[in-house]
This record gives sequence, structure tokens and C-alpha cells, in this order.
Amino acid sequence: MFDFLNRYDLLGAFWVTVQLTFYSAIGALVWGTVLAAMRVSPVPLMRGFGTAYVNTVRNIPLTVIIVFTSLGLFQTLGVTLGAGSFKTIDFRLAVLGLITYTSAFVCEALRSGINTVPIGQTEAARALGLTFPQVLTLIVLPQAFRSVVGPLANVLIALTKNTTVAAAIGVAEAAALMREMIENEAQLLLISAIFAFGFICLTLPTGLILGWVSKKVSVRR
Amino acid sequence: MSPSSVLYDAPGPRARRRNAMSTALFLVALAALAWWVVQSLADKNQLEWVKWRPFFTDSRAWGTYLLPGLQNTVIAASLAMVVALPLGALFGIARLSDHRWVRGAAGTVVEFFRAIPVLILMLFANAAYAQYTNVGSDSRPLYAVVTGLVLYNASVLAEIVRAGILALPQGQSDAAVALGMRKGQVMRHVLLPQAVTAMLPAIVSQLVVIVKDTALGGALLGFSELLASVRPLSANYGANTIAAFTVVAVVFVVVNLTLTTFAGWLEGRLRHGKRSTGAVVGAHAVEDLATPGEHLGPDELGGAGGASGR
Repeated sequence: MFDFLNRYDLLGAFWVTVQLTFYSAIGALVWGTVLAAMRVSPVPLMRGFGTAYVNTVRNIPLTVIIVFTSLGLFQTLGVTLGAGSFKTIDFRLAVLGLITYTSAFVCEALRSGINTVPIGQTEAARALGLTFPQVLTLIVLPQAFRSVVGPLANVLIALTKNTTVAAAIGVAEAAALMREMIENEAQLLLISAIFAFGFICLTLPTGLILGWVSKKVSVRR
Repeated sequence: MSPSSVLYDAPGPRARRRNAMSTALFLVALAALAWWVVQSLADKNQLEWVKWRPFFTDSRAWGTYLLPGLQNTVIAASLAMVVALPLGALFGIARLSDHRWVRGAAGTVVEFFRAIPVLILMLFANAAYAQYTNVGSDSRPLYAVVTGLVLYNASVLAEIVRAGILALPQGQSDAAVALGMRKGQVMRHVLLPQAVTAMLPAIVSQLVVIVKDTALGGALLGFSELLASVRPLSANYGANTIAAFTVVAVVFVVVNLTLTTFAGWLEGRLRHGKRSTGAVVGAHAVEDLATPGEHLGPDELGGAGGASGR
């Protein structure tokens, strides 16, 4: 019953899913933090840019963004993000799309974290003569990050599930393999159960571990 | 102090100069980015008016491709919402049951479907309809998309319903019990009607998620929704891929921003309305409620009557 599984690289496909998640998570965390900093900055133009970015990107389906990176950026404009085979180009494009989309959610989570930092903290920092970048990076963001581990974990789990969209541009991750297996094999229920189980194994522990971390690091007030 | 932020003071002369500098630098960076985009578009002839004109002057671009696509998106999204709502209500109420096995069973189902990507559910549904039913291959994509969306969103809506019921002030069910109502009556006549109002903003925001997820069907299942209209458009109007994507993205943004704004308006009305209990499941709670293993209590929802500092 399980013989046909030997013909497919299940672990390899889920490994690609993990890699997609990993690189996109790091990229989205960095870009999302920059966006959040823009949205609370004293420069109106940066605030406007941050707000416009978040409101636009959050309302476009991730599928549209990912398909655009392939059909629009790569095939029409010739953007490849560095040399390599089609496989690595598709992978990088998918990561770019996932970063673009996920960073909007990271930004919003972080911004709500910034709002939980008590006014006294920033007032004290300003009384010491710190400038806005100093207030943000030394006082506010460290506390904000500690209070948004939970929401960021939710963004990470959503990201893990969203990596399946990369199948739309031919990245050989889990959903793409599932599509291939369903087409070639008869055991639909078994195949679906395997992939469902795979994603449960990826998402549930993330939630549990980061939930524990968020309790550990949150600032008690 | 500037009322807009507690992070910085009202700018003095030096801060004003610094802000002007930052603005100038940022403008230069934005201009460089814009110039690069325009250059690369112009290099590939994507800025030619011929490629953009159909969307402004040719009614067929809208009549033949975009509007039917949008119509399919709306049909799939509304069907999914209509089917998922009662299912979600059922599971949400079951999760609050006094019987442990009902709670456990409903909880397992909800956690299971929240942990799985909606695309996996759509692929499964598509193959299942092909193997086990005689749904025609024309309508199968719609069935598959709606089924996938229903399975996933019913479980998210179950959490929204649960949160909506828990957000109500305890006094509501206490009073109902004091009047001699039975459990079912308390739920039907007192809690559920108020919970439905409280969770309206969250339901509308979930509709945004559903609209966005229908695009998956276009990319992977051959469902002819809005995103799927890009290929025939660029085939018919001279490879205007960029223009087609721009128009499709704008339509999605307009539809979803309308829904988001409506959700925000509803939320404000419910939080500050004179006739409501102040119980509300906010539009932003939706992202957290979609996460497996996550349960929002009344505290995280801003509480009854709204400790709405956040």
C-alpha cells in the first residue's frame, strides 16, 4: 500500500517548503521591521509610503503576487535575481513574492507591539536626549519585539502555509508534489492524509514552541 | 507633544532640518526606484499606450475577460461564505459545549483544518470530485475551490463564533439562566443573536481572506476567476502582461479595501454604539484566529465594553 511512496521524494519536497519558509521569514522580518519603523517615523513621506505599502499589499492575493514574479518580473522583464537554473530562479522569485506579502503582516504585528510600550519609556528616553532613531532602536523596538512573539508566530505559521502558493510558479515544494502524486496515483485519501500530516507537523510545533517563548520573554506590566 | 505619536516631540528647528533631510533622501531613493521600474518597463516595451489602451477604450477587455473573471471570484467567495457560516457556527457552538466529547471532537476538526494550507484542501477536493462524483469537468474547478474554502474557513469562522460568544458580558447568560431558560434557549435567544452582531467585523474581514484565496483556483485548478483573465488578456492584446497584472491587482485592491473599510466602520459602530454591549470581535483578530492552536479569550479581544487601548 505504501510502496508507491518510494518513487517520490516526500522529504525533499517538504525540505523545500521549510527552506522557502526560512528565507522568506528572515526577509519578511527585516523588511517588515523597516516598514514598521517608517510607519511610526516623524517623516510624513515615510509614514505615507509605509501605510500605502501595507494597505496595497495586504489587499492583493498572494497568488497574484507570486504569479506576477514569474510571469511579469521574470518572463516579461527578465528579472532573475542572479544567475542559475530555472529551478533556483523560481525559488528566489517565490521567496521575493512571499517576503513582499508577509512583510506587510510583520509590519502590522510590530506596530501593534510598539503601541504596547508605555509612554513613560519613550518620554524618559527623550528626556535623556536620545534622537528618534535611538529611541526606536534602543528603547522601543526591543520591548516591542518581546511583546509580539505570539503575533509574529502566527504570521510565521501563516507563512508556512502560504509557501504552498509557490507551486503556482513551479517550485517543487510540498503542494506541487501532492499535485503530481494525485495525478499519477490512485490512493487519493492516503496521499492527502500524508500531506495534511506533514503540514500539521510543521505548523503545530511552531505554534507551541513560540507560544512558550512568547510567555517567557514577554514584558510583565 | 505631537498628538500623532508619543515617539517624538513636536519638531524644533534642528529636528525640522533633520526631517527635511530625511524626506529629501527618501525622495531620492523613491525616485531612483521609480526610474529603474520605468526604465525596465520601457526596455521591454511594456509602457506603450497600445498595451494599456484596451483597459480604457476597449469594452471587450472588461466585458469578455475581466468582469466575468470578477464575477466568478465573487460567486466562489460568496458561495464559500454562505456555506461556511452555518458550519462554522455549528462547530463554534460545539466547542463551547458542556459535554467533553463534543468539545473534543469539534476542537480536533477545527484545529486540523486550521493547520492545513487551503491549497492542499483545494487539490484534495478537486481530485475527490473527479474520482468519486460525476461533477462535470467544467464546473469541477468551482466546486473544488468552494469546497476547499469552506473546509478551511468554516474552521476559522468556528473560532470567530466562539470568540464572539465569549466576548459577550457574563451578565447576559447569567440573566438568561436566572429567567429560567435552558442551555439551548440561552444560546438561541440571548447569546447567538448578540454574538452575530459582535462578530460582523471579523466575518467581513474573513471575506477579504476568502476573496484573496479564490485566486489560488485561478492559478492552480483552472478556475476562470479574475487572476486567470491575465493570460487571455495578454494573449489578445499583444503581450501586455504588466498592464493586465496591474489592472487585476487594482481591482482586487479596490474590492478588498472596500470590504476592509466596511469592517472597520462596523467595528467602530459596535464599539462605541449606544445600543450595543460593546462586545466585538475586531477585524484584526481574524489573523490570530486563523492560527492552529490559538484561542483568543475576552482579554485579547479588547474585552466586553472595550478596554480598547490597543
